[in-house]
Amino acid sequence: MSFVFPTKSLEAFPKHLTPAYRSTAKRSPSKPLIVIPHTLSELTGPVYGHDSVQETDNDLTRQHAGDPLGERIIVHGHVLDEDKRPVPDTLVEIWQANACGRYVHIVDQHPAPLDPNFTGAGRTVTDKNGYYRFVTVKPGAYPWGNHHNAWRPNHIHFSVFGHSFLSRIVTQMYFPGDPLFPFDPIFNSVTDEKARQRMVSSFDLENTIPDWALCFRFDIVLRGREATPLDNDEH
Amino acid sequence: MSEITPSQTVGPYFAYGLTPKGRCQWDPNGQYAWKETVGDNLVTPDATGEKIRIDGRVTDGDGQPINDAMIEIWQADGQGRYAAAAGGARPNTQFKGFGRSATNKDGEYGFATVKPGVVPGPKGTTQAPHILVAVYSRGMLRQVYTRIYFADEAANGSDPILALVPADRRGTLIATKQADGVYRFDIRVQGENETVFFEV
Repeated sequence: MSFVFPTKSLEAFPKHLTPAYRSTAKRSPSKPLIVIPHTLSELTGPVYGHDSVQETDNDLTRQHAGDPLGERIIVHGHVLDEDKRPVPDTLVEIWQANACGRYVHIVDQHPAPLDPNFTGAGRTVTDKNGYYRFVTVKPGAYPWGNHHNAWRPNHIHFSVFGHSFLSRIVTQMYFPGDPLFPFDPIFNSVTDEKARQRMVSSFDLENTIPDWALCFRFDIVLRGREATPLDNDEH
Repeated sequence: MSEITPSQTVGPYFAYGLTPKGRCQWDPNGQYAWKETVGDNLVTPDATGEKIRIDGRVTDGDGQPINDAMIEIWQADGQGRYAAAAGGARPNTQFKGFGRSATNKDGEYGFATVKPGVVPGPKGTTQAPHILVAVYSRGMLRQVYTRIYFADEAANGSDPILALVPADRRGTLIATKQADGVYRFDIRVQGENETVFFEV
């Protein structure tokens, strides 16, 4: 199966320069991007790292001697393409703050404790149905220096590969009903309300495990749909 | 049809998750305990092509180093073959052609790899040896894409993608040769002599 990656699908993405998120001011290209055709180089993509993923890497609560503090949660969903077809056998990597909102990173020195039993990184490979599943704890909100009294909503960072170097995406998964949504310039860098909602997980009571963990569902839709004969004629 | 999930910034704290063995200048011990999936050494025993190093610096609109960027590369092997899933069996099955490097406190990244061969271009053309690059960092809400070409390749003159770039900006896409097998490719995200980025 060959895939095409219409650039129109990128319309929901944030603009490179988003002034409310101050760091974009000096880190966004100022000259227009140059449009190029998708060659074999763009249409292929990495199938890498699978052999280094271990079965237990998707459980962030069992990477250390004891249980981490915080609300244990399950985060699961499907990785799909624009035709709603599953994307199997693709690498999904996550990283997040601990339950207190602190990252294991020397730059993050805000006054919240580290948790010796939680380092906040996980990875897995989607199965043949494009399904993935993590067990973790709910990350805390944390302050940042963008503006006065700025706090990031609770979120988990996701990095996903897909069918080509063009389907590659780094994004953030948010939690439903977060009161910080209206104030977060990163979340609101996606200006279309429906598109923003595609970054918000849904509470999944059906897959919540009694007496053990709440469950959230987060489906990820990547660029790419099946090429039609018309698409092939264009090359 | 389904609508795609929007991009968000990689943020400042990705090192533990994405580049735990990389240039972890943030970790007092230099490295994190977490294993690495993808690193900055692409060379495998079976990789065809000249072994090379590519190093460079990533800078912002003030010319300051971006010390929390992640650079990913995707390339063919020395014979111009991509290790894509659909590509099927190849003689050099270990070479993956994908790498990841974090920048250090001076904004420097680097890869050990092989020089790619020529690959097919649009409409029966061929493309000069090149490497695809994606740049991620705090302050970037989506990755930017560029390409590395090599100064010592005559084929650059007939490359169909370089031909789409205004002549006075083409130089930003060409790695300079420092010594045999050693190239330099700086990435200026914004400002003077800004690197060409592609809309793909």
